[in-house]
Amino acid sequence: MLNSSTDSTQMRVRNQTQQNSGYWWVVLRQLRQERLAMISAAVLLVLILAAVFAPWIAPADPFKASMLKRLMPIGSPGNILGTDELGRDMLTRLMYGGRLSLIMGIVPVFSAFCIGTSLGLVAGYVGGTLNMIIMRVLDIFYAFPSVLLAVAISGALGPGLSNSLIALTLVFVPQIVRVAESVTTQVRQLDYIEAARMSGASNYSIISMHILANVLGPVFVYATGLLSVSMILASGLSFLGLGVKPPEPEWGLMLNTLRSAIYNKPLIAALPGVFIFITSIAFNLLADGVRSAMDIKK
Amino acid sequence: MLIYILKRLLYAIPIALSVTVVSFMLVYLAPGDPLNAIAPADAPADVIEALKSAYGLDKPVPVQYGLWVWRAVHGDLGTSISSGRAVLGEVLGAVSNTFMLAIIASLMGVCMGCVLGALAGYQRGGWIDKAATTLSVIGVSVPHYWLGLVLTIIFSITLGWLPAMGAGPGGSSEWLWDAEHLRYLALPSITLSVIPMGIITRTVRALVADMLEQEFVSALKARGLGRLKIFKHVAKNTAPTVLAVTGLQIGYLMGGSILVETVFAWPGTGFLLNTAIFQRDIPLLQGTILVLCMIFVVLNLLVDIVQPVIDPRMGRG
Repeated sequence: MLNSSTDSTQMRVRNQTQQNSGYWWVVLRQLRQERLAMISAAVLLVLILAAVFAPWIAPADPFKASMLKRLMPIGSPGNILGTDELGRDMLTRLMYGGRLSLIMGIVPVFSAFCIGTSLGLVAGYVGGTLNMIIMRVLDIFYAFPSVLLAVAISGALGPGLSNSLIALTLVFVPQIVRVAESVTTQVRQLDYIEAARMSGASNYSIISMHILANVLGPVFVYATGLLSVSMILASGLSFLGLGVKPPEPEWGLMLNTLRSAIYNKPLIAALPGVFIFITSIAFNLLADGVRSAMDIKK
Repeated sequence: MLIYILKRLLYAIPIALSVTVVSFMLVYLAPGDPLNAIAPADAPADVIEALKSAYGLDKPVPVQYGLWVWRAVHGDLGTSISSGRAVLGEVLGAVSNTFMLAIIASLMGVCMGCVLGALAGYQRGGWIDKAATTLSVIGVSVPHYWLGLVLTIIFSITLGWLPAMGAGPGGSSEWLWDAEHLRYLALPSITLSVIPMGIITRTVRALVADMLEQEFVSALKARGLGRLKIFKHVAKNTAPTVLAVTGLQIGYLMGGSILVETVFAWPGTGFLLNTAIFQRDIPLLQGTILVLCMIFVVLNLLVDIVQPVIDPRMGRG
């Protein structure tokens, strides 16, 4: 990157993109060496595929209740993982539940990643008063413990899928801005940025080519680390009754509605939580793998 | 040093003020009129007007905010709509229950985390390291509300050793330091301690491993110091970071115990928040959030002040 001071801008652009894809290829190759991360990725892939293709592969209708088949044990004929408190097939509902649970876990991190990186880039690159305003406003969010903030916002907005997505996004944005801002501020002072500016590059092209490439890595690692937290918090909101509304299948909500069954069918009552746990641990191990593949210290 | 403390105190004031703004404004995030919670939809206009002036909702928002803060500073957080009692009394009772849960859980988690992390840092690559790392990954990944359910299933439903719900016999919420009450505390605090355990283990392991590679440790070894003496130096150097993380964790647990409190029907702030949200009890919601956040701000402040006392290098920086 530092040596790409060729005279034609086009040349530089091509070098840049080539080197970027090269860098991400190296990361991917490194990641393939991490055994735990690859196992986690495979587990996540299975869960995602099961959720995506649930309408075609699930054995039953997720909403079809049956009074006769309430709380059948695990291993019953026709209901491999048993049935819930309304006699609906557990395996089916767990597969369908993955759709909302994974969306609620991933979407907030993704939107916070986009919003937070942009804000952090602007704050770090422009600096001065604007930086101070953005960072001080975000400091307010740091005065709230994250679970409390998520519960307070979605509690105030009222229960529902989109409100919990908004609440979770708001929880993660300040954290990502901090990472993006600190890297941007460091990179901005380097000589090659000065060189790019002197050779007539516009602010836009400096940010999008030179700074973004450096900021994306650390922010990406940080965001992957947030996925697990997001899964737990999102399902937690549904568990409290602040997320998805019944009868929609969602792991956290299923855990909540099955609580009445912990005395007679404890295994079934605990089952949805197993899936939240597996997803969250897989995201965590994958994030650890990504971190060491990109060689970024925590 | 004194200047540092003063600076830090001054910096906390705008944060505390903005916390009051956010806590107050939360109500206006909600769609619809805050009155919806109190008045029936078909209430006659004069009743609505009377209610509005009774709750001060007929004044402009900044005035309402000013009045709210003024009263809050004087210890009046309004009256709960659902119970009709003073919000401050309700919140303080609940906060003490939550605080105890958070403190006990953090202490357990931090002790476990320090021991596991130090062992893992010393034995990098060994079986202790692997076990500690696995435990810490589980600690940070497990949905703690689910862990609470699983522990309830094992220890109170299957084995019948510990009570599943409440903070005392007969559903009492008054805390006493006796064996009976401690049995009620066991499951929720163990559940909650898993989070700080995982985080502290990770932090301490990384710190200790990093420290052992430092030159000053080699120098100490070269001078012939025993392992215990070297450990003293390592511990001294890890203490400030561990303290900072612990302070934050206590704050997070205080604000984040709502899920675990719901599982165990613990009479703390989580329970209050639940009531406030689902009954749209706005004064209670504002009051609980305000008190919890103020505690968090004060905890952060304390950590920042105590840290340079332990590690004088920070005060100079």
